Amino acid sequence: MMPDTILKGRAFKFGDGISTDLIIPGKYSHLRSNLPELAKHVMEDADPTFAEEVKSGDFIVAGRNFGLGSSREHAALVIKMAGVSAILVKSVARIFFRNAINQGLPTLICDTDKIDAGDELEVNLTRSIITDLTKGIQLTFGKIPKVMLDILNEGGLISYISRYGDFTL
Amino acid sequence: MGKTLNEKILSEKSGTDARAGDIVIAQVDLVFVQDTTGPLTIRQFKEVKHGSLANPQRTAIFLDHAIPSPNRQLSNDHQFLRRFAEETNCLIFEGGTGICHQLVAEMFANPGDIIVGADSHTVTAGGLGAFATGMGSSDIAIVFALGKTWFRVPETFKISISGRFQKWVGAKDLVLHLIGALGADGATYKALEFDGQTVSNMTISERLAVANMAVEAGAKVGIFPSDSVTKKYLAAQGRANKYKALQPDADADYERAITIDASELEPMVAMPHTVDNVVPVSMLAGTKVDQVFIGTCTNGRLEDLATAAVILRNKKRHPSVRLIIAPASQQVLTAAIKAGYIETLVAAGAILLPPGCAACLGLHQGVLGDNEACLSTANRNFKGRMGNTEASIYLASPATATASALTGEITDPRKVL
Repeated sequence: MMPDTILKGRAFKFGDGISTDLIIPGKYSHLRSNLPELAKHVMEDADPTFAEEVKSGDFIVAGRNFGLGSSREHAALVIKMAGVSAILVKSVARIFFRNAINQGLPTLICDTDKIDAGDELEVNLTRSIITDLTKGIQLTFGKIPKVMLDILNEGGLISYISRYGDFTL
Repeated sequence: MGKTLNEKILSEKSGTDARAGDIVIAQVDLVFVQDTTGPLTIRQFKEVKHGSLANPQRTAIFLDHAIPSPNRQLSNDHQFLRRFAEETNCLIFEGGTGICHQLVAEMFANPGDIIVGADSHTVTAGGLGAFATGMGSSDIAIVFALGKTWFRVPETFKISISGRFQKWVGAKDLVLHLIGALGADGATYKALEFDGQTVSNMTISERLAVANMAVEAGAKVGIFPSDSVTKKYLAAQGRANKYKALQPDADADYERAITIDASELEPMVAMPHTVDNVVPVSMLAGTKVDQVFIGTCTNGRLEDLATAAVILRNKKRHPSVRLIIAPASQQVLTAAIKAGYIETLVAAGAILLPPGCAACLGLHQGVLGDNEACLSTANRNFKGRMGNTEASIYLASPATATASALTGEITDPRKVL
């Protein structure tokens, strides 16, 4: 038996409709070939202190339609580079969802109203359970389609195709 | 049970009986990147596969977002993309040729095709009956390598449109109204399929504008049937042989049916900072604007420039408004020069930019100042979109934008004409 995959960290809370322009705006297009510099601006226009405060393992917790807008995968990439271990949202925009999974960044659908900023969370990816340790409550998250779960388990789409050479549905 | 347009296309391209909810692997007819998503895509492609593309002549790079380049870093990105094109023999379209989505329509998109691009507005080609959708760099890198990708077959909303538009009301007002009704996530993961007598009468330019904004309701595709209008457009673009009729089956299964009477529509405006924050122009009359931007993959086509030229003939922009115009492609620009539109627009005080994305994404060529308002014909008004979180963006049709450039405030085009 493989041990359960467990993520642990603090919640950084955001509202509804966090667009890719708030995650990493188009004005920083000139930094897209310098990812460490680009990543310094992650979530800057939604929360200017986020990049400094976020620590490895922490979670982005947001409302509806997270990641709407541009197809720029840099949005998922800079969130991952910031050390965020998973994104918990009420709903996620289609392109961002694929991008996050393709970057090996779990994006989980759950009732995020129950989680407050600063709460300590533990996410058991294997058993689909989110525990808010601060509040002592448990939440479940929606099922991820198998093809995306396989990609996620390989750490992202590039690793998945490098390993299998093709899609294996 | 019959099939929707997207079920038909995905069935053919996957060799399966594709139904909403299925996951299929489908062959891709055209894959592309633009200059701000291309470099990451190519680095990821190189991680998977060193060497050849699956279909070099159906792989395209468009330099459109940052042209002419505003800085050294983006110039270096352009060099990187040109070198890749040389090495792999893929197609590349230099800065000034046009916006990727307009060039895809002019040169590539055919009814029944599957088109994927590393740009969310790839949905535009749905105006020609293609299943076209935007994806991120990893997905596109894999299509570069394999020539195929996986899709979840979307459920479909049927949007039936009847009635004649009032004068100076059109496709942009229709799609803003629709997004306002659906909400910015109202069609997430869904296909929007357009239908009805009004659709049969819409030009390809109008269909492309509507399909372009499908993604603003979260949709995967916005798709039009292929008919005599499509046939005529393809013939004019030298692709008469690529035409095929494409209609949904009468007994296809739709998740939702929405009807719109075009004759009841007014000019519509999306207010800051979300595309679904839509109201009739009358509710905003008198709102001061500092900049009017006419262009983009939504509304930078010849018909849009014609509308602006008709309204501005022998008139001047309001002295406090910067009027920025960017044709969507070289083909559009050339035709607009021949038709005399450009002379009219420049005489009216417009700043003419080269064919490209220009001010739309906040990179250059029209970044807004603090507390400024821009009325734009683009598709997005997110906070910070035009380079400044302290500025406001309103979205409207070319007619409303031009009327507002004349008065310096948001104006119903029916009032000035």
